[in-house]
Amino acid sequence: MDMQSAEVGSTRAFRLGDFLRDQLRNIAPFITLIVLVAFFSIASPSFATLSNLENILQQVSITAIMAVGLTFVILTAEIDLSVGAIANATAIVLTFFTLQPDYVNIANLPMPGGIAVILALAACGALGLLTAFGVTRIGIPSFIMTLAMMQIGAGVSAVLVRGQIAYTVPPLILTLGSKAIFGLPWIIVVAAVFLLVAHLVLTYTRFGRYVYMVGGNREAAEYSGVNVRFIVGAVMVISAMCSGFAGMVGVAYFGSAQQNEFDTFLLDAIAAVVVGGTSLFGGRGGIGNTIVGLFVLGVLNNGLDYVKIDSFLKILIRGIILLVALIINVYAERLRTARSGERAG
Amino acid sequence: MALLELTDISKSFGGVQALRDVDFTLNAGEIHGLAGENGAGKSTMMKIIAGVHGADSGAMRVDGKEVHFRSSRDALSAGIGMVHQELSVAPELTVAENVFLGSQPVNRMGIVAWRRMAERAAEELKNFGLDINPRARLGDFPIGVQQLVELSRVLFSGARIIILDEPTSALSPPEIERLFGVLAKLREGGRSIIFISHFLDDILKISNAITIFRNGRKVATAEVTPEIDKGWIIERMIGTGREELEESYLNEIKLDSRPDAAVVLRAKDLTLAPSYRNLSFEARAGEVLGIYGFMGCGQLELARTLFGKYRPASGALEIDGKVRALKSTTAAKKAGVAYVAESRRTMLFGDEPVYKNVSIAVLERLSKWLVKPDREREIAEVQVKNLDVRPPDVEWRLGGLSGGNQQKVALAKWLTHPPRILLLAEPTRGMDVGAKEDVVRIVRHLRDQGIAIVVFSTEPETVLSLADRVLVMRKGEIAHEFAGEAISKDQLLAAA
Repeated sequence: MDMQSAEVGSTRAFRLGDFLRDQLRNIAPFITLIVLVAFFSIASPSFATLSNLENILQQVSITAIMAVGLTFVILTAEIDLSVGAIANATAIVLTFFTLQPDYVNIANLPMPGGIAVILALAACGALGLLTAFGVTRIGIPSFIMTLAMMQIGAGVSAVLVRGQIAYTVPPLILTLGSKAIFGLPWIIVVAAVFLLVAHLVLTYTRFGRYVYMVGGNREAAEYSGVNVRFIVGAVMVISAMCSGFAGMVGVAYFGSAQQNEFDTFLLDAIAAVVVGGTSLFGGRGGIGNTIVGLFVLGVLNNGLDYVKIDSFLKILIRGIILLVALIINVYAERLRTARSGERAG
Repeated sequence: MALLELTDISKSFGGVQALRDVDFTLNAGEIHGLAGENGAGKSTMMKIIAGVHGADSGAMRVDGKEVHFRSSRDALSAGIGMVHQELSVAPELTVAENVFLGSQPVNRMGIVAWRRMAERAAEELKNFGLDINPRARLGDFPIGVQQLVELSRVLFSGARIIILDEPTSALSPPEIERLFGVLAKLREGGRSIIFISHFLDDILKISNAITIFRNGRKVATAEVTPEIDKGWIIERMIGTGREELEESYLNEIKLDSRPDAAVVLRAKDLTLAPSYRNLSFEARAGEVLGIYGFMGCGQLELARTLFGKYRPASGALEIDGKVRALKSTTAAKKAGVAYVAESRRTMLFGDEPVYKNVSIAVLERLSKWLVKPDREREIAEVQVKNLDVRPPDVEWRLGGLSGGNQQKVALAKWLTHPPRILLLAEPTRGMDVGAKEDVVRIVRHLRDQGIAIVVFSTEPETVLSLADRVLVMRKGEIAHEFAGEAISKDQLLAAA
């Protein structure tokens, strides 16, 4: 199309339709959240209370920390299916290096608390590096690579804990996972710090810009001299580290560590990112979206407990919400590419 | 009589008037060329005819009956088919399956009649002068063959009017000859063809009639007679006074090589089979080296190798006298190499504002950790002004710019910190004459700053307008070098 004729209209034509189409992925989750809050508030008077807000925040905190890492990954148009398994493995490595009560039959290797935490972080970092190596050096699609890592994480957990349950974690982690500061649970603070730091990194750092650019057009990023392999590898490591941390505070939160403890968190974390509107095709979205997505999931999970509903139906409802979010996500992408395509001819 | 008739067709996209009151008539047994600069409206018109877009106002008649297409399927059932520049073939399927894609012949049981299909496909393609195995995988054939297969599919689905969008842009001269033979045969058979092309020589060679667009309006329709030549068309395409540039391609160009300038890039026996073999050449400071060859001659793979995307199987690269193994695009950039790829889509971020597209190549120079959007905007504003990008607004979403302006942005990102070596693949592809002139100006300016520039192109005009020295590649090897002499388009074509 001829730019001259575009200029005749106005240089920065503001058109509501275009704006809504561009913003669909941001607006839809927000409206969903408002509708859910309104619905549950009307359905149950005890829903919209400050103490229940704290409940909701606490309930989504572990998911939130994992979703932070996944936001990086999904922004580069990759996926990480190993977040739950790596959380689990990291948590179990932590308990393995912490002295357990006598009745726990694990051949563990007690270390000072700080060292146990460092070893656990090293473990999830190593798992992340392995994922990064497989994806960027060998060229295994992240979908398949992290599927394998999911099994490897589960395997590490199984070997170390051998069907037992471990209970003790170092005091630092115990505080972060299950204590409160001025009445506010530490775990909410931890999640908020993760979200804030990730937001700052994505918005204000060069690395964050590269993450968006690699997701927006990987080929163009490569032909601009961006080290695409490094960026993709880095987001896989970030994701594994976030998951690992989530696993550690998660064990403190739950009070025990065992196999398959975090399996359901994979779906929740992916759902939070995608429901929030971060594009599955990369390059669009961010931590703001993920926060809205976390609230949608948190309100939904929590609110369904306040209304009289078959608890088995809850699972179905969550599935439907996720499906609708996926449809909106893909649809938003299509609207956008249709608009870009207009000028291609 | 008129087979297809458009009256007073108008179309706008979100406030931008793409077509205004266009009349167009296509007669039976006619090849009708469409010419115009980018954005002149020819693409929009063909999409309306093919049912991709609906017109805002005006009427369209096929065989005198008014039609309203809601999809390309509607258009096809009215006998209008289209072959796009980017072919829509299935390379993994066989030739015969592609010919019959969507309409495989079946037997009474509803099972695909493979043998009948293969026989009929072979027969049909033989009419096109193609004697190929219909059971072979289509992707194994050159693009010219794939195009004819797609054309035969469109014919099989009953099209009487065939729209060809830039059909010759990826073809070698013998392939073009073969295509024109097929088109002439179709014309004799009473089919009508709309032939859209930037290659005016091709239009003049095959068309009976030509229609020229400018700024969304039809400016002329004429029978193709000996009086109508390229100059006549260009005059109407661009208005007045700007034909000098295009005309200069017709004459001989004196090459101005600088054999005494310092060698910046030296390639020794570079080989990456099957793309190219034993390439040895050098590029000098303050020189534009043109590398010309037909599509698929290996030049684009060579360009990607020089930018670290591909690793050569053997041979060596020297930059400023030092041997360099460019292991990645990042390493190449660090070594002072910059690359503008042949397709805008592989170079640019359509969703991002112009300034981020410009600054992406210099972010690491601006800061180690934090981005500095204000600095980025300043940098982009300078480049946007220098390159005359329109509109001159660095916040504008890149995808909203016209193709020529996008191409300028792709170049702009390398100019803030000029590289030692600038690789330009098809730098003027799809640009209108004015934008091409801008690119020539910019490239000359960069050359005069002492940058070694290598231009890779399949368009002789591009090479002739830019290069000081020309290497001609043929099937992966250097076939000829033109230096310090005068050359013309036909000499260049003859060498390739």
